[in-house]
Amino acid sequence: MANVTLRNVRKDYPNGFEAIKGIDFEVGDGQFCVLVGPSGCGKSTLLRMVAGLETITSGEIDIGGRIVNQVEPADRDIAMVFQNYALYPHMSVYNNMAYGLRNRGMDKGEIDTRVREAARILELSAMLDRKPRQLSGGQRQRVAMGRAIVRQPKAFLFDEPLSNLDAKLRIAMRVEIRKLQRRLSTTSIYVTHDQLEAMTLADILVVMNGGQVEQIGNPLDIYKKPATTFVAAFIGAPPMNLLSLRDSDIKLPGAAPEAGILGVRPEDLAIGNGATPDGGIALDLTVEAIERVGAETYVYGLRAQQSGQPAVSSKPGELPPGEILVRVPGQEGPAVGQKIRAVAPREKLHLFTADGRKRVNS
Amino acid sequence: MVENRPFNNLLPHLILWIGIAIVAFPVYLAFVGSTHEPTIISNGQMPLTPGAHFLENYYRTIFIGTSGTTREPVYTMLLNSFVMAMVIACGKIFISILSAYAIVYFKFPLRMSAFWIIFITLMLPVEVRIYPTYKIVADLHLLDSYAGLSLPLIASATATLLFRQFFMTVPDELLEASRIDGAGPFRFFWDTLLPLSRTNMAALFVILFILGWNQYLWPLLITTRDDMQTIQIGIRKMITTTDALTEWPIVMATAVLAMLPPIFVVVAMQKLFVRGLVETEK
Repeated sequence: MANVTLRNVRKDYPNGFEAIKGIDFEVGDGQFCVLVGPSGCGKSTLLRMVAGLETITSGEIDIGGRIVNQVEPADRDIAMVFQNYALYPHMSVYNNMAYGLRNRGMDKGEIDTRVREAARILELSAMLDRKPRQLSGGQRQRVAMGRAIVRQPKAFLFDEPLSNLDAKLRIAMRVEIRKLQRRLSTTSIYVTHDQLEAMTLADILVVMNGGQVEQIGNPLDIYKKPATTFVAAFIGAPPMNLLSLRDSDIKLPGAAPEAGILGVRPEDLAIGNGATPDGGIALDLTVEAIERVGAETYVYGLRAQQSGQPAVSSKPGELPPGEILVRVPGQEGPAVGQKIRAVAPREKLHLFTADGRKRVNS
Repeated sequence: MVENRPFNNLLPHLILWIGIAIVAFPVYLAFVGSTHEPTIISNGQMPLTPGAHFLENYYRTIFIGTSGTTREPVYTMLLNSFVMAMVIACGKIFISILSAYAIVYFKFPLRMSAFWIIFITLMLPVEVRIYPTYKIVADLHLLDSYAGLSLPLIASATATLLFRQFFMTVPDELLEASRIDGAGPFRFFWDTLLPLSRTNMAALFVILFILGWNQYLWPLLITTRDDMQTIQIGIRKMITTTDALTEWPIVMATAVLAMLPPIFVVVAMQKLFVRGLVETEK
């Protein structure tokens, strides 16, 4: 049971590359913190710094009221679940879980109690004598979790633990991890690049980009009020539509003068044909492509080209310039080539400064 | 597709059998030769069926030896060869697994230089550095000793490279998991790396044991005492006689005996050996 606090943590590599550019955040006791960001944003490095597998250039990492900068990983009282599980291939499931406890000189009976209890929780009791290679991916994942649980550490660290599983199992394990963490109420830090995992698991979501924190907060708050265009595009699938206000003809009466980029989520756009809602926007689109996934339909529309480049694209996974995505519930939707008008009310619009670094409206 | 047609299998099998016959025939002849009276082979008659003196000849070979040339029973030579081959094989594995561990897992100054220096010794087998090596061994008063026979042959770049390559395929996360599990460098080596290297070690052992067993030049130089000669040297000495008849049955029996330990090692470790060479499972 412990808080994990990072204070101005930095990591510079000898070749001058700044992997982590000063990060502060605090994970409260028993909270589930998710670090999310595109690959190469430093989230795994940051987690490994908390684990003690990477050195810290400057700043402080505090686990349960103790500064652990110079403490060996084994003595930090943390447990880590690795992406490829990192189970000892030559040891049985039982020994995999017991190994860390034995190295700490724990009493045999106590080890046995803890391992069997963890195996019971994770439904591994029947497999304690098997070797990791005889297990399925999901079972190996659970053994890796078991190895963390038996330690009863101050904090769990998860490094993309689900990315080696197939899609269905991933969802099942995601729910299991969340339940388990609630039950044990152990402070956890979880790294993922999957924004859906991030949204569903997190108490606190930390969105990272380029070695910096873009936004910290409750996942739904972040979804509703992204602080930067990066967060706007990264959180939420499909990503938010971003349009430059400067170069296009969109007029927003009463918008703050520094507002340069307009964002609107695909689910907030509706296909209408009437007038522009009061203070809102209306976009005239030609339907380029339709994707029907069952419960909803994605409509890709191209804006009628007006002055200059009509839309801006920020980095991860956005639409090509000029393309607008509209999400329509159900299987209905326009046909390809049809001209439609997508509208969104004023309160659903997100305004950012022209460089995308700051949110303008409240 | 592999079809099971008996006739189609006939030809490959025939070829294989011919191959086996070509390889096995000299071995068979050696065995046959070791079971006849001395005079028969010396007269130039080489029978193709075993004779009646099997027990007598082998008893004489193992416990008495030739009457003139080697002056020692063959069991001494077998023992010498066995000790030498074992020490070389085990010593090489021990030294090279440790040096590979150091090179792969520890950051120390001149790490790469150390690696390349080990690598370069591949170009300097014992035959090339024979004089300096002999001088060192002689100066250390190791002539005519097991240490002198085996120590100079123990350093092995090949085995170090093999272990290095294997260690590099072991995922880093295993090391990290061990660190978090509170295992220090020694525990990681002992609890994780060694068990994972088991099949590799077995494969190396087979190769290195046979390598050690077949040493000829080095033992020839380093041993002068009769009770230190190895079996390979012994056979050679038995054949070269100046004023007496070569005792062919004993030579043949010695040759047959010299083959047995390597065969035993290969057969005993065959399963591990093959797994060590082909297995990729981590």
